[in-house]
Amino acid sequence: MSETHAQSTAFVRDTMLPQMEPPNQQSGAVKWLRENLFAGWFNTVLTLLGLAVVYWLVTHFYPWFRHGVWSANSMAECRTIIAERWGEGASGACWAVINERWHQFLFGFYPPELYWRPIAVFLGLFLAVAPVLFTQLPRQMLIFSLAFPLLAIWLLWGGSVWPIAMIAVGFGLGFALIKTLGGQSVLLGMAAGIVVPVLFWLYAVGPIDAVLTQALPIGLEPVASDRFGGFLLAITIGAGGIALSLPLGIILALGRQSDMFLIKSFSVMFIEFIRGVPLITLLFVASLLLNYFLPPGTNFDIILRVMILVTLFAAAYIAEVIRGGLAALPRGQYEAADALGLDYWRAQRLIILPQALKISIPGIVSTFIGMFKDTTLVTFVGLFDPLKGIPDFIRADFAWKGTYWEHFIFVGAIFFILNFSMSRYAMYLERKLKRDHR
Amino acid sequence: MKKSVFFGTLAGAALTAGIAGATTLEDVKARGELNCGVNTGLVGFAAPDANGNWSGFDVALCKAVAAAVLGDATKVKYVPTTGQTRFTALASGEIDMLARNSTWTFSRDTDLKLDFVGVNYYDGQGFMVRKESGVTSAKELDGASVCIQTGTTTELNLADYFKANNMSYQPITIDSNAEGEQQYLAGACDAYTTDASGLAATRAAFADPENHIILPEIISKEPLGPAVRHGDSEWADIVRWTLNALIAAEEYGVTSANIDELAKGTENPEINRLLGVEGDLGAMTGLDKDWAVRAIKAGGNYGEIFAATIGESTPIALARGLNAQWTQGGLLYAPPFR
Amino acid sequence: MTSATDAPDRGFRLSQLIYDTRYRSLTIQIFVFCIVMAGAAWLVDNTIQNLNQLGKDFNFSFLSNRAGYDIGQQLIPYTNDNTHARAMLVGLINTLWVSILGCAAATVLGVIIGVLRLSKNWLVGRLMTAYVEMFRNIPVLLWILVCIALLTEATPGPNAYKINPATGEAGASMILFDSVAFTNRYTAIPAVQFERSLGAIDTALMPISLNFLALALALIGSIWVNRRLVAGANRVQEATGVRPVTWWKSLLILFVPVLAVFVALGGHLVAPTLKGFNFTGGTNVSNAFVALWAGLTLYTAAFIAEIVRAGILAISKGQTEAAFALGLRPNRTMRLVILPQALRVIVPPLISQYLNLTKNSSLAIAVGYMDLRGTLGGITLNQTGRELEAILLMMLIYLAISLTISGLMNVFNSRVKLKER
Repeated sequence: MSETHAQSTAFVRDTMLPQMEPPNQQSGAVKWLRENLFAGWFNTVLTLLGLAVVYWLVTHFYPWFRHGVWSANSMAECRTIIAERWGEGASGACWAVINERWHQFLFGFYPPELYWRPIAVFLGLFLAVAPVLFTQLPRQMLIFSLAFPLLAIWLLWGGSVWPIAMIAVGFGLGFALIKTLGGQSVLLGMAAGIVVPVLFWLYAVGPIDAVLTQALPIGLEPVASDRFGGFLLAITIGAGGIALSLPLGIILALGRQSDMFLIKSFSVMFIEFIRGVPLITLLFVASLLLNYFLPPGTNFDIILRVMILVTLFAAAYIAEVIRGGLAALPRGQYEAADALGLDYWRAQRLIILPQALKISIPGIVSTFIGMFKDTTLVTFVGLFDPLKGIPDFIRADFAWKGTYWEHFIFVGAIFFILNFSMSRYAMYLERKLKRDHR
Repeated sequence: MKKSVFFGTLAGAALTAGIAGATTLEDVKARGELNCGVNTGLVGFAAPDANGNWSGFDVALCKAVAAAVLGDATKVKYVPTTGQTRFTALASGEIDMLARNSTWTFSRDTDLKLDFVGVNYYDGQGFMVRKESGVTSAKELDGASVCIQTGTTTELNLADYFKANNMSYQPITIDSNAEGEQQYLAGACDAYTTDASGLAATRAAFADPENHIILPEIISKEPLGPAVRHGDSEWADIVRWTLNALIAAEEYGVTSANIDELAKGTENPEINRLLGVEGDLGAMTGLDKDWAVRAIKAGGNYGEIFAATIGESTPIALARGLNAQWTQGGLLYAPPFR
Repeated sequence: MTSATDAPDRGFRLSQLIYDTRYRSLTIQIFVFCIVMAGAAWLVDNTIQNLNQLGKDFNFSFLSNRAGYDIGQQLIPYTNDNTHARAMLVGLINTLWVSILGCAAATVLGVIIGVLRLSKNWLVGRLMTAYVEMFRNIPVLLWILVCIALLTEATPGPNAYKINPATGEAGASMILFDSVAFTNRYTAIPAVQFERSLGAIDTALMPISLNFLALALALIGSIWVNRRLVAGANRVQEATGVRPVTWWKSLLILFVPVLAVFVALGGHLVAPTLKGFNFTGGTNVSNAFVALWAGLTLYTAAFIAEIVRAGILAISKGQTEAAFALGLRPNRTMRLVILPQALRVIVPPLISQYLNLTKNSSLAIAVGYMDLRGTLGGITLNQTGRELEAILLMMLIYLAISLTISGLMNVFNSRVKLKER
């Protein structure tokens, strides 16, 4: 065989060929294009379709953006400016309405000279949630997180500082009682820790407050709830609702996991009822029915009523998120806690909840995004939300009739930026937690 | 620990919310503020300006009542209500009075447990169409799409009218006047129907009001007036007589310009009684002597308010028509102050 | 304290209720039960007091009164002489209708986008990511408002379709052989009509046309026969290993009988024509409906796309490789190996999206579509002033819809649950 082979072989290469560039179909931009855009006829069709869509979008909307007018005093003026610059019949955005009214989109009718207060609260919100979201930060910052809700209430609504301080004192009292008495008997500690502050708030706050306000009148200029609007309103309701719903959500989640039949059924009934009805019906309950359910003569303002219902709404969703966290904990954690001889509450507080809450954070952030988007529905009970209430109000002005898309785009962009960054954060956290667990 | 945060905040909320007292008058005085339910935005009747300050024909009544009761026309909290929420807001105590061009009807006065205290605008339901459609009478609207605000009496009138005339229509329901305007201007409906005054106010806000006509047919009676909760007659009296004081002031020629002059005393005993120079009518309603003076000073008498907000010199350009004094051939007729 | 040995003799002590685990759970439950009942009693008592104070009562008799108002969109016959209960039913059916169509469209769109997002095509992948992020992060209300604004601002009025006598031309023209017209108040589409009618059965709910019933029966029969055919083919394949060709038989069985019934009844499409103010003859689909449906679909599709993508990614690559190793072709790999496993991951969140869409359909309020909230919770509530009754009833109905959907989900879950050893 070898002979025949040797004879039949006319040519044997004995030197290396010089290296050549890869064929241009296999390198650089061409390769990338072939692999990513034109791999096979189906892919090519998709690419062409995609290009067509992009082309259509650009040709339809770009001129409108390019013709945009940033400074004008009315829609009519916008139209004349556009007609002058780009010829009759050209259409363009009238950003002047945003330019003139942006503060109402952000703050509603909050007094302009007091804008620093909501801004401070907004920045403080970041500071307050930072230690919860980023575990590297020092734990002492959590103290600020706990104090922040009261601080925010005071800054946003203003008024005397003493009622808020008294509420804080009540919490301190309850906490101290639980700490001291809890050592002897958990039950006694819990009972005292709840009953004493409530009694304190009901009976002692009034007189003490009166004395202190007389002696030391420290306060901010009060701002009524009806001045709230735009994103200030949306964030207040959304963030307030989630913050208030957390404790209730944890209790409901524990209740749903409980072995006790009645407690479990109550929790399930509450959660399923709230999750089974649209938020808008609950908002109508806030606006039309809540006063029926409270003692005759009680009267909250509508923002507070909406916040109560939004809190209940969020609590049901948070409960389901936390239940997921509880279920995701390995069974061994529960058994280990039992093995250490911890009772139910200690086990929850020291072993289960810290871990369950940690893995629930991405879910809680997603729930918050959902809540934040849903706050736009408050427009249907007569509040000035940024999406419909404020634009409708601005369009009621003769000057800005006929401005639609500008509002949609401005408000949509802000929603997008906030929600997109939050959802990215949730995804980052989820990935990180996955790594932590392995 | 988190739990106590929740309860604490609720308790705090309850503290700031305030528990209402026995009567509306006491509540308002204790609060130092009148909660007045108004339209979410109908130019001329009630609309906030760029800074959120409210003005308009209905708003002026709120101001007059606040001035009479609290002595300060600015002490009003305006609660924007939709057609949906207005009566409940009143019934639940969220607002003390409703001044939101609401029609006085039998069932609202009885079944809905409201008390209408008078009429501040005599109105009727009309139609607005584009001039180019060539329609000149409501009878030609067979088969048309009609934009209509939900939760109003106009909805029922419309159904009755088309039925009585054996015509068909497509209702396009909208939630607010702003939305109705948008739909009508875009041509989504052939006709827009609401109270004739509302139509005029809406048309005045158009870029091209001359291209829209209000059809001559008025298909219903719409006496618009302020309403209060059923069962508190003292408060109803105050609102009723504040309105009457404004009307009577016009009849007697009392204006915001000459009221300081007249309040020193005049030849006319009726004016003297109204302005508290003679007798003490205010005490009978639980107010002081000068209540009517303050109410009239707040925005002028009925005629002045009308002229300043919706009258012929304003873009809305409504004629007095039925809303002139009875002495001028209108329906305004304030009972005697005696 | 006592030692452990003599404890049982001591009889029952009150403190055992708390410290003895045998009784503790009972104590806590009774305690919580009392608190919840006291809370409920407090609410009911307040409500009764408030109702008394307002002089109102609590009864549902208003539902049988004449409604007196008209409804723009109705799937069952309704006039303003009908009762409030009937109006409520019209609203309920409108809610269900937009929800069902929304779920169907969102599923189709979501699956397409989810699959395309995984495609290796760079441009398409990016476009789909942009779509998903954009629609997910902006409130659905904005999308609904954008849809209605687009429909009312960008389409011509019906009178634009009139031929202008001066120029002899119309301002706008209908599409698809003069059968569909987009206007700023509705989309006029052809309606199906029959020359020979078999009559109708008049149920309390709505008259059911026997013609449609006959068509439906023909379709159901065809599907049944087709399933028998496929089952037969499967048997042959299992016995011999060769699958008989069935696709053309399936096509014939599925389409011919229905078409035959349709032609026999003289069925034809009637194109809408402009008459007076509006198009008549065809079916006018109101813009309120289209805007709500489109807004809900676009928004929910973004979520469904993510669910589908996650579901497909959740199936490990080994499954595909194993299927290829067995010699399955790619489409069969997808159909027989990947999808059945992915579905188990996809369906539960998918159904919760259906639930969300159904609940979000109450945003009909923004466009004036008369759904359950628009009729019962809107005009009826307003005209009768029965807010307590109307809103409670409305919440109960929504709750019933939601519970039905989640019930179906549980049934499905238990059926596809991994059968573990």
